[in-house]
Amino acid sequence: MAGVTVSAVRKRYGSVETIHGVDFSIADGEFVVFVGPSGCGKSTLLRMIAGLEDISGGEISIGSRVVNDVDPSDRGTAMVFQSYALYPHMTVAQNLSFGLRMNGNPAADTERRVAEAARILRIEPLLDRRPKALSGGQRQRVAIGRAIVRKPEVFLFDEPLSNLDAELRVQMRIEIARLHSELGTTMIYVTHDQTEAMTMADRIVVLRAGRVEQIGAPLDLYDNPVNQFVAGFIGSPRMNFLAAESLGGGRLKLPNQGGAEIGLAAAQGLAAGQKAVLGIRPEHFAAAGQGNCDLHLAIDVAEHLGATSYLYANTKVGEPVVVQAAAVRSAHAGDRVAVSIPAARAYLFDPNGARRA
Amino acid sequence: MRSKSSRRFWRQVAIHAVMGPLALVWLFPLWMMAVFSTMPENGIFSPDIELLPSDQFWINFQALQAETGFLRTLFVSVMVALVSTVLSVMLTSMAGWALVRYRFRGKALVTALIFGTMTLPYFVVVVPQFIMVARDLGLSNTWFALIVPPLFNSLGVLFMRQAFSMMPRELFDAAQIEGVKEWQIFTRVALPLAKPTLAALAIILFLASWNNYLWPLLIASEPTMMTAPVALGTLIGVNRVSWASIMTGAVLLTLPMVIVFIFLQRFFMAGITTGAVK
Repeated sequence: MAGVTVSAVRKRYGSVETIHGVDFSIADGEFVVFVGPSGCGKSTLLRMIAGLEDISGGEISIGSRVVNDVDPSDRGTAMVFQSYALYPHMTVAQNLSFGLRMNGNPAADTERRVAEAARILRIEPLLDRRPKALSGGQRQRVAIGRAIVRKPEVFLFDEPLSNLDAELRVQMRIEIARLHSELGTTMIYVTHDQTEAMTMADRIVVLRAGRVEQIGAPLDLYDNPVNQFVAGFIGSPRMNFLAAESLGGGRLKLPNQGGAEIGLAAAQGLAAGQKAVLGIRPEHFAAAGQGNCDLHLAIDVAEHLGATSYLYANTKVGEPVVVQAAAVRSAHAGDRVAVSIPAARAYLFDPNGARRA
Repeated sequence: MRSKSSRRFWRQVAIHAVMGPLALVWLFPLWMMAVFSTMPENGIFSPDIELLPSDQFWINFQALQAETGFLRTLFVSVMVALVSTVLSVMLTSMAGWALVRYRFRGKALVTALIFGTMTLPYFVVVVPQFIMVARDLGLSNTWFALIVPPLFNSLGVLFMRQAFSMMPRELFDAAQIEGVKEWQIFTRVALPLAKPTLAALAIILFLASWNNYLWPLLIASEPTMMTAPVALGTLIGVNRVSWASIMTGAVLLTLPMVIVFIFLQRFFMAGITTGAVK
């Protein structure tokens, strides 16, 4: 097993730089998730760690070894792809053993490793089938099995659950978490799904446009986002962002929400007239009168999921507000409701997105 | 209102009503070739046209063999077609693989040059090729001259490049991470997945070699190295044309291709439609 260190890593395609000097360390046995919107460079970063993409600058170490120029097969990594990448003309057993056979591994050891991986992933009955005869979840299990038989120091997962339906995704998420606790191997997992990131990761690396925005434990990112991007990306539904204008003395006016006012400690340093963005998570609204700033909402869409309800409101004023409310089961589109923002739950950001503490 | 299945039935009837006679028109010359191959020389031009086979095939074949040494020329044709097909499939698939798999300086130029040769008419190439092989290298009437020059086939490279480029890149990435050598990725992963295209390409290349007339005519004039189509060509003389022998030879030349096509047509269709849709 081994940790991974990425120092000042850059990636350029011709004159275009897509990864701009990324730094972080992953401890031995840690489960780290790279998360970010499409095109942020998370898969490129993973492929650079795997050795499938050359790096244009910086250094990548696995364990104590710099692997910049090491062949992908000698890095001690195994990768699981979004498309499963199973060899369609081989059976499951042949898929699992292919790499070992091609590298001249003794047949008895290969057989033992395949049997062990099949046992861990509960795919023994599938060993003689071809990939086309497997369901999506079974294919993904085989893909993970192919990684396991290599006994890698680091597992790399590139959006492995994206092609599965919602129910299977939850199931496989649990399987992968179980696998991590069973094997204790370092795992790096790429996803654009922040629910996967929050539920599986020891730490999350949030990426945007080839830069690391924040690294931390899932709840740290949720509670203390360093900027508006992270605040918006972590949490589902995403945080509400309301335009705010300082009135001086720590008080803010919300011009798009009927001119409601709120006092925030984070707004103390703002001069009167200065613009800012107030953030409030959908689940943090209080009942009207119980917070520090009441908002009057015209509901556009109400989603009742049973355990909770989501109200999508104020779309017409150009600044939509989403409210998560377990107790508002009777609200419907067209209704008007009042909710309140508790100052202690509100976040304040500069217009450039930086958090004001 | 007529049901959907009845409309489908009448549409099928209409299609068959048009396509059936067209197929007969197309098959008629082939049928007559087979019929003529069984008739005596003087019967072919008799005013009463015979539409059914006669019993002279074996006699016609003996005459053909006596005039051209046809079995030897058939052997040369088979050898040339088989060896050149195998070698050409190997070369073109390796070239296609290189164009898909590797990034190298000048790749776009190399690709353009290879495919640019497709725009050159064969007749522009054949004379300098003949001068080079026959005069400069002195290789007339050799297996090398018959087999090697036509090997480098840009259509084959295009075929294989297309087949490989449609395979998910992750398959090769996965193999690479597993420590599978590049040659093994090519032979154990890429080629087995390209089987339909390989089969279609093999048929096309075999056909092209089997039917090739001009190059073998120029480069192999000695009877021992003559191919079957060239041998049939020698039966068309200034004063006399041996039609019965020609038709017999033509039947013998056509038969293997019909058999090959019947057995491999599913690969052939899969191959030529490869890349048409996602």
